[in-house]
Amino acid sequence: MQTLIFRTVAPYLTSLMVLFSVFVLLRGHNEPGGGFIGGLIAASAFAIYAIACGVEPVRRALYFHPLAISGSGLMISALSGLISLFFGVPFLTGQWTVIHVLGVPVDISTVLFFDIGVYLVVVGSITSIALGLEEREHD
Amino acid sequence: MAVGTAETVDLSGAMVLAPAPLADWVVVAPVAIPIIFGAFLLMIRHETRLHATIAIVGLLTTLAFNAALLARVLDQGPVVMTMGGWLPPFGISFAADALGASFSFAATLVAVVGAVYAITDIGSVGRRYGFYPFMMLMMAGVGGSFLTGDIFNLYVWFEVFLISSFGMLVLGSERPQLDGTMKYAILNLIGTTFFLIATALLYGAFGTLNMADIVRKADGLRGTAPLMTLAVFYLLAFGMKAAAFPVHFWLPASYHTPRIVTAALFGGVLTKVGVYALLRTEVMLFSPEREVLSGLIGWVAAATMIVGIMGALAQTDIRRVLGFVVISGVGVMLAGLALGTMEGVAGTVFYAFHSMVVMSALYLLAGVMNGIGGTYTLRTLSGLYASHPLVAVFAFLLMLSVAGLPPASGLWPKIMLVEASIEAGSPWLAFAILATGLLTTLALGRVFLLAIWRPAIEKAVPSPTSPTIGYVALGALAVPTLLMGLYPEPFISVAEHAAAGLLDASVYIGSVFPEGVVP
Amino acid sequence: MEANLAITVGIFYAVSIYLMLSKHIIRILLGVAIFSNGVNLTLFTAGRITREVPPIIPVGLDMPDVLTANPLPQALILTAIVISFSLFAFLLVLAFRSYQELGTDNTEGMRIAEPEGEELPPLGY
Repeated sequence: MQTLIFRTVAPYLTSLMVLFSVFVLLRGHNEPGGGFIGGLIAASAFAIYAIACGVEPVRRALYFHPLAISGSGLMISALSGLISLFFGVPFLTGQWTVIHVLGVPVDISTVLFFDIGVYLVVVGSITSIALGLEEREHD
Repeated sequence: MAVGTAETVDLSGAMVLAPAPLADWVVVAPVAIPIIFGAFLLMIRHETRLHATIAIVGLLTTLAFNAALLARVLDQGPVVMTMGGWLPPFGISFAADALGASFSFAATLVAVVGAVYAITDIGSVGRRYGFYPFMMLMMAGVGGSFLTGDIFNLYVWFEVFLISSFGMLVLGSERPQLDGTMKYAILNLIGTTFFLIATALLYGAFGTLNMADIVRKADGLRGTAPLMTLAVFYLLAFGMKAAAFPVHFWLPASYHTPRIVTAALFGGVLTKVGVYALLRTEVMLFSPEREVLSGLIGWVAAATMIVGIMGALAQTDIRRVLGFVVISGVGVMLAGLALGTMEGVAGTVFYAFHSMVVMSALYLLAGVMNGIGGTYTLRTLSGLYASHPLVAVFAFLLMLSVAGLPPASGLWPKIMLVEASIEAGSPWLAFAILATGLLTTLALGRVFLLAIWRPAIEKAVPSPTSPTIGYVALGALAVPTLLMGLYPEPFISVAEHAAAGLLDASVYIGSVFPEGVVP
Repeated sequence: MEANLAITVGIFYAVSIYLMLSKHIIRILLGVAIFSNGVNLTLFTAGRITREVPPIIPVGLDMPDVLTANPLPQALILTAIVISFSLFAFLLVLAFRSYQELGTDNTEGMRIAEPEGEELPPLGY
């Protein structure tokens, strides 16, 4: 798939899709969306980039190994469940707080961090599977 | 957890408002800790030198929490925590009774020894592939399966340990491993899908997934809901996972292909998760249906025992012998399930403890023997007694144990099961257990005779190295085996405690739904 | 509605079992994929069907004011989809690898782990 048009468009498409995936992730707070679907969008973005420009540039662009990303996501999810330990409530109970950024109230919760963790797990594992398949194709 | 007043429960929001005591967290810890350590190991996957240390520390921590949980469960009854502060049938409950807590403890003990042995067995390539992270996540899945009180959550934990086990199985990607993993993965996936079908039908009939809630509602639904279908579906699904007779073929096709420590963990722990799930569903949830099915389960049990051990007699590769011995052990455990009496179920639980420890130890022993003799095949492996008498001692003890001979651990659970089957009026089941014991003695006696007792064949002279870590691992598993054989009272009492909790679920229900919060 | 879905589920199962009985890994995998979709539909049907009322609580209320669809089966299906998706992705990679390494996707040719015609163990020494 090394056509000129695709190779030119792919980086823009990828960055747009990653941006959109973050939007979907944050939107999942109160509306349809969330970590899993956002992670899938980001993973397909990286897959597109890999199809257009090869696997090596994707690995360079990601910097961390996909499985390490997935591990950090798992860690974030598990720890966000453990935070409720300090509030005397059961595992995974949502804790909410509001912070003001430049005068705008922003809801921050453990649920959000759990979702970010899910996002990273999905991005990491699906990207690593997709890159693994891509690499084999050119053997 | 004395919930029940207006201040502690918000019925309209279905939330529990009472603070969760810190001590209740002990039921989550055996799952949360391996996940956190596994995630951390994934994050530092390039620092392969640190992996073993971190994994062993993580598993020892898990073991400590498991011990605390078991002590608390035996002392005060089941420990329950419902995730997210929801009221029990709405939130996912973690409920540890004597059965779950003791299985979780035994499995973690085996995993610690496996992690130690993996230091020699898994090289830096295997570590880079992620052996230790997969192992931690598998133990999280296994712990979750033992401790959860929600049947759909049980399915999720099944998949967690299954997908990690795929990773461990295919580690190295040699041709036999790919072949074995392919069969293991597809057949286990189909098995868990059956589990999911059964759970879908169960949800359609009961409208709940909480196991305590299901037991409560089952009596009212008998006669209208197809509970028999559910019981049969679960029997098939978990029978597949446990490798019971007509659906056991994936096990001998795959368990001899991976690294030996992986085989040890799988043979020791994973089939027992299937047995645990069978006990939980057939004995606790669908007890009257199991009563009807007991004849069928009995025949399945006898066939699993005999077919399994016959397979072992025909094998040349030690690992494949052990794969079939695992199957015949599952048959022995199913015998207790078929009987369904107090003593029968207790015998099954005790046999599961014994089997977890001994089957893992036997696989590790095969690894040690391979390390010395350089092969697994009985045709050339020889002369180990002359060069390494300590290996012979361990081999003798473990083979006595799995054959059910004193002084090791296999004796007492088999006595309990034989006694229970005679009392229940099925002497043929007792005969099958005893015949299996004889055939096991033959199968493993031959391994001992050829590999250890036989003078070294010229072309296969044992290497003179001393497998120190192997001895440590075998020693660590030989101690519980001997302990169970020589001083079985505490283990029998734990097993009877677990069986009592399964046969009369009122204590379990009472701890998930304390007085006054019955919605 | 339930009857139609039940028949659909039955067709799904029939197709998937037919495919899974094949000797070729790729067909078995397709069968597994259809099988898990059939299960998802079973879960959906088991949760009772309500038409066109999404389980969303209006602003200002604590609970929905009309009878809505049961959200739990949807959560269960989502979980099941996630799991079957990741397992299926893994199986695809595995099948591809073993096709490359073993040179066949015919299960009768996959006898590396259990070779045919193995010798029996020695009867004595």
